[in-house]
Amino acid sequence: MPFVTADSQQSSYDVIVVGSGAAGGQSAYTLCMDGAKVLMLEAGRKYAPEAETPMFQTPDLAPLRAEGTPDKPFGFYDATVNGGWSVPGEPYVRASEDDAGRFDWWRARMLGGRTNHWGRISLRNGPYDFKPHTRDGLGFDWPIGYEDLAPYYDKVELLIGVYGSNEGLENTPNSPPGCLLPPPKPLVSDLLIAQRAKRLGVPVIPGHRAVLTQPLDFRGSPARLHPGNATAQRILAEDMRNRSACLWATSCGRGCAVRANYQSTTVHLPPALTTGNLDITTDAMVYEVTVGRDGRANGVSFVDRTSGKQRHAAARVVILAASALESVRILLNSKNARFPNGLANSSGKVGRYLMDTVGSALSGQIPLLESLPPLNEDAADGVQMYVPWWLYQEQRAGKLKFARGYHIEFGGGRRMPGFGTAAGMEWLTGGSYGAKFKQDARRYYGSFVGFAGRGEMIPNDRSFCEIDPKVKDKWGIPVLRIHWQWSEHELRQAAHMQKTFADIIGAMGGKLRDPAKTDGAKAIAHGGSIIHEVGGAIMGSDRAASVTNSWCQTWDVDNLFVTDGAVFASNADKNPTLTIMALAWRAADHILERMRRKEI
Amino acid sequence: MDRRTTIKWVLTASAAWPLGGNAQTHSAHADSARVESAPAAMPAAQGYGTDPTLTRNYAPGELWPLTLTAAQRRLAGILADIIIPADDRSPSASAVGVVEFIDEWVSAPYPANSRDRGIVLGGFAWLDAEAARRFGKKFSDLDTAGQHGICDDICDESRATVPRRTAARFFSRYRDLTAGGFYSTPAGRKDLNYIGNVPRAGNDGPPAALLKALGLE
Repeated sequence: MPFVTADSQQSSYDVIVVGSGAAGGQSAYTLCMDGAKVLMLEAGRKYAPEAETPMFQTPDLAPLRAEGTPDKPFGFYDATVNGGWSVPGEPYVRASEDDAGRFDWWRARMLGGRTNHWGRISLRNGPYDFKPHTRDGLGFDWPIGYEDLAPYYDKVELLIGVYGSNEGLENTPNSPPGCLLPPPKPLVSDLLIAQRAKRLGVPVIPGHRAVLTQPLDFRGSPARLHPGNATAQRILAEDMRNRSACLWATSCGRGCAVRANYQSTTVHLPPALTTGNLDITTDAMVYEVTVGRDGRANGVSFVDRTSGKQRHAAARVVILAASALESVRILLNSKNARFPNGLANSSGKVGRYLMDTVGSALSGQIPLLESLPPLNEDAADGVQMYVPWWLYQEQRAGKLKFARGYHIEFGGGRRMPGFGTAAGMEWLTGGSYGAKFKQDARRYYGSFVGFAGRGEMIPNDRSFCEIDPKVKDKWGIPVLRIHWQWSEHELRQAAHMQKTFADIIGAMGGKLRDPAKTDGAKAIAHGGSIIHEVGGAIMGSDRAASVTNSWCQTWDVDNLFVTDGAVFASNADKNPTLTIMALAWRAADHILERMRRKEI
Repeated sequence: MDRRTTIKWVLTASAAWPLGGNAQTHSAHADSARVESAPAAMPAAQGYGTDPTLTRNYAPGELWPLTLTAAQRRLAGILADIIIPADDRSPSASAVGVVEFIDEWVSAPYPANSRDRGIVLGGFAWLDAEAARRFGKKFSDLDTAGQHGICDDICDESRATVPRRTAARFFSRYRDLTAGGFYSTPAGRKDLNYIGNVPRAGNDGPPAALLKALGLE
């Protein structure tokens, strides 16, 4: 009975995992495959991608041509359920409403969380990314290095399926043989960008995304992932066989009914459930980690959203994997006489050092790409190729006015026409209508390329969250108040992105509707809007200056772990999800070892 | 998002829409609302909520009532077909349901739709007033030359005279709505030679001859 209600849960478990996304899914997978009895609690509803994903639905079949609304901000067909920039009845508070201090928080209330709709970009942090303070004196070093996490990056890539290539570039690690799937064929626009960017000294290489460009190696990978564990190997082999390779159509953001990309609900949870070791309760909103007289965690309290009642579940170990901000919120709300400032907060660092990714975007129109012949360019749904950060030497030599790097994601092509396809073209057409407008639409369709920078933010003292003293959600749970501020490093980096994009578009012979922004404050996207929020319970080697140790184990409570992005001590330009999964797998291995030794 | 997510915004031609990719949350047209003199009251209605069924088809009018009058719908169709008439490759906008879409759009209970409702109904009123001033008739009753004469004055905001700027902003938005309604239909996709959204066993990439012609070998 894998899906259980609050009434049908076991009286106690080995481990409670709070959250079912990248961190929760990986934590539960690793634990269950090795025999631990796990209860997963998810605040949102049960979700079945195989049945619910609108794979080939076209915009004309949706309300409002599938355009985004406050109910579905990323469009009608986006996989997100009961989420977005706001969740009804579950507010959060911005300490500042001005643009510079604005923070937006994307949530999803569904099994699998945000992994159902994410971009699937799966980049490894490099060696520099774990020791940023050592390199430039800013921010914090991690208590681990690349070599500690590399074996887990290997495992995650083998398990979930990631396409990419090994280019041997600085701080852009190669994967061992057999880990990566072959990258997809580039689009015409990808090849043109690569050709012209190269003339500027900007490298363009295959992207890394969690999309199956070919079937997984169900014969070889299970033994590499679970040596000596025949049961786990058998379960995983069977599950890998049931995942289809990419169909080269439809948007990954809708989710994937044939399980050709990674989402927790199609990759982590099915084999974990097959073990029989996993119980999942959905609609279970955890608000507190409970602590026994010995000061150790003994379970969690949650609201059963179907009844509105407060319930409790017990376990030897508690893992928070609810997303960086939700995990922080639970810690801060877990106050008692012994932990008056919230649980695991003797350092005062819970909620501190929130980070997002620096984002800035620019698009252009490329005459060379006009009026191409019919081409099916659905491809892998974006980021067939990308630009890794390439100016390490210049940065080291002090030639840039910002300390950390960014990578560039780009896209174009003759993708499925929709609401915006022929919109806003007056700057090119002189305001045509009638027969001329139809000709213009044909001419310009597919001739636009867009660039988006994704840069490292350095943690600072002014970006943090705390419990708002007044506001509570509809369940009566106190909510977060979020403070946000960029530093000059991020603002200058965003301006540098804009100049780079304009230079590449220029090298392609392209046109800009609006000039590149030179003011970083105008170029940078709002905090939180890239949905890479991490930090708030950072790991470190000093218990006075961090919340967890290198095993994601809280310093103050030895059977309480945080395996989501909250533990990031820095936020490299690489998208965080792959690193979250690698950390979660490593932490789960550690928990299993400690449980075997009866230490927790 | 990374989206952050896949970068959905690059698929639109609208270069000013920032990350997030959707007009409703990050409006590039927010200033248009201010200039409208006659915002029309919105009927009370519910949206589709945060958990609609995604795998079934929806028709305009099914989720919230359509609100345009018969005269407004007639004008909506005439103007949509001035913008996208039938030609040898595809039908006109009104022939593929764009009027129903525009009615659905301006009747929807969301802030951006409410804003567009003001723009569109204000624009319709302006067209009739202009037609009455110049020809003593409603816009819908003008001959093609009369209708085009008025549209020529407002089809490009950068060239419109100051008194017609608001009308030009209306025309720009209406053209976007018409094109959005049209190119998202099967006929519109076919017009643009879009051949995707079909499952494939492999992805061969662009043909060598095309890459050679573009100097991308």
